[in-house]
Amino acid sequence: MANARTPESVAETKQALAEASYLADEPAALVSFLAQRLGKPILVEGPAGVGKTELAKALSRASGRELIRLQCYEGLDEAKALYEWNYRKQLLRIQAGGEAGWEDVHGDIFSEEFLLERPLMQAIASAEPVVLLIDEIDKTDQEFEAMLLELLSDFQITIPELGQVAASSMPIVVLTSNNSRELTEALKRRCLYLWLDYPELEREMEIVRLHAPDLPEALARRLVEVVRMVRDLDLKKPPSIAETIDWARTLLLMGAEDIDRETFEQSMSIIVKHRTDIDLVAERVGMKLSAPQAG
Amino acid sequence: MSPTASPYGQRADAGPPGLAPKLLGFCEELRGEGVAVGTSEILDAFAALEQVPWESQDDFREALAATIAKSQEDRRLFELLFERWFFRAAEAEAIEREVAEEGERHEGAERLDIDELREQIRQAIVEGNDGEMRDLARLAIAAFGREGEGSGVVGVDVQRIRRTLELTAGPQPQAEGTDGAAERPPIDRDQLNRFERHLRRELERDLIERTETLPPSRPLAELDRALPTSPTQDLAAVHRAVSQMKRRLATLGHEQRGRKRAQTVDVRRTMRASLETGGVPMHLRYRPKRPRRPEIYVLCDVSTSVTSASVFFLSVLHALHDSFRKLRSFVFIERISEVTEIFEHERDFTAIAKRVSSEGGVADVSGYTDYGRVWLEFLAEISEDLDPRSTVIVLGDARTNGREPHAEVFAQVAERAGRLFWLNPEPKLYWNYGDSVMAAYERWCDGAFECWTTRHLENFVNIVAGGVPAAE
Repeated sequence: MANARTPESVAETKQALAEASYLADEPAALVSFLAQRLGKPILVEGPAGVGKTELAKALSRASGRELIRLQCYEGLDEAKALYEWNYRKQLLRIQAGGEAGWEDVHGDIFSEEFLLERPLMQAIASAEPVVLLIDEIDKTDQEFEAMLLELLSDFQITIPELGQVAASSMPIVVLTSNNSRELTEALKRRCLYLWLDYPELEREMEIVRLHAPDLPEALARRLVEVVRMVRDLDLKKPPSIAETIDWARTLLLMGAEDIDRETFEQSMSIIVKHRTDIDLVAERVGMKLSAPQAG
Repeated sequence: MSPTASPYGQRADAGPPGLAPKLLGFCEELRGEGVAVGTSEILDAFAALEQVPWESQDDFREALAATIAKSQEDRRLFELLFERWFFRAAEAEAIEREVAEEGERHEGAERLDIDELREQIRQAIVEGNDGEMRDLARLAIAAFGREGEGSGVVGVDVQRIRRTLELTAGPQPQAEGTDGAAERPPIDRDQLNRFERHLRRELERDLIERTETLPPSRPLAELDRALPTSPTQDLAAVHRAVSQMKRRLATLGHEQRGRKRAQTVDVRRTMRASLETGGVPMHLRYRPKRPRRPEIYVLCDVSTSVTSASVFFLSVLHALHDSFRKLRSFVFIERISEVTEIFEHERDFTAIAKRVSSEGGVADVSGYTDYGRVWLEFLAEISEDLDPRSTVIVLGDARTNGREPHAEVFAQVAERAGRLFWLNPEPKLYWNYGDSVMAAYERWCDGAFECWTTRHLENFVNIVAGGVPAAE
């Protein structure tokens, strides 16, 4: 499994992802395949909790590459994402240098030894090819996006004091976005686009069965159906795949044999996490489930 | 649009052969619909196509989509056009060569009993067999066509056929005649949708063959953005309109804050700051600009002529609740009644429409709008709450059905409120024709707008939230 070569076909990618316990649908497998063949970054968008981040992790497991993750947030800047000069070490060097001339010191303190590598730099400088995950890019500001452009199209970073640092190996780059703001055209232009949505019934069943193998099939089906019913409501936060899996595990622990109204109301808080949503779900979905006696 | 961009014009020869010109034409048309397809995207698309097998429809489409359509909105347009460009090719060729499938295509249908067909289709849907579904869809269309119920409108026919076949999502009713032991497996929505897609494709194919023309390539962008006209319309469309508007309104405030012009000096703070410089006001202090968050009163005509537009409008305003300090909504026909609460509790568009019409209690006897009486009631009951900071919005066609318009009462309302806007769901052309008394009211309004597309609506919300009025 741990081979860093590029896959030959879409089916192979899909297979590799499945072995890394990620059940990709056709588009996801195809885009992952293209990203590796063409060396282009993937921009993954979709609602929260459909496995965007998980895709990157699975890619890293499937291709045997190390995963380097950059979690984005408002106010993230170059110093935390790219590189920073280790000024304390630089100060020490200047003090320790003592009688050496300024010229020597000047040339010395701006060398790679004094560079603190941050995730993006790490990904570029790594000798082994890696998977670089830039998570929730929509949380940063546009300036940061602009800074990424050089990295994404040429896989290189320009450091004024050192010049250009080009990638020694080609990383697979995955950017995720929750679509909370429109990304710039320039960024999108450089990426392959993948929209991940909630999976279809059958695929979600498979996912649940993969992560909770002890769950009986009938119950798993029931569970996925109920989750879909809940998603169809207009909720503040619809349940994600991760929550479906959590719920499946909870049901296992509870030793439930069927999802009746009582079990549902007891464990509902695992998939619905908003007070107004809970009311709505209890009213709309809870009522449809049979009472415990009947079930 | 240039003639090369139209794939199905009267062009005698199909242009240069090969995929490249075809793909370029496709991208050209996408650009025409407002999708930003750059040269780099096209190059990527070609590079991607080199990597996937072309015989798989899905791979081909997904590879193109991943490189060309880079947002969900783009993807939607992509799907619409893709079908026409790449999978109508066979039909286009057939028309050109005047080939038609001979009568034998529906041969099976003559013998097939409708009940049997129903069972077979159920079976195919449950199994999810695409080829089978397609063939059965053809049979169903043929069987249906024999009964002479076809309306010629694809969308209508799809639903009629589905109903005739008694196909619904969810658990299936027991099969008649059996002893109840053989329970039918349930059909889920996705599977049913897939069958409907087949039906639609086949119907369209039929239509193409009958009329010997391909569906016209029309600018999708404009058509898609008219206001929903029926309450059953896709809720997703409402959400899309709202989310776009929300995004624009959110950035609107920032533009305003960045602008230095037209600021007011805060005298008190300037004097306080001048103490540092011995009482000489060296530094001017300005009042901070705050986004205007008005108190809004919306009055909606819900008589049959304008219901859907107004309910849509109301739900949009409620979705935009963050932009307003306080929002109260009223509906009226002959009387006026407050419905703010319904919108706070109900989230489903159709449910709202239903509750508004059943609980509003605004229709009296005739069910025709009585504007005069509405103003009198509004003035008597609500107007005490109005102050100069409040904005009143009226949505209606100003058709009084010949009753007294009471424009002077309306003027009093306008005077008490800070601002008063009128939105008319009719195009401006129809104002003041027939029983429309728009002119009588318009002179008291701070603005009267026609409002029948989402763009009109968006423009208007901009204005209310403190933006610059866009040019008409």
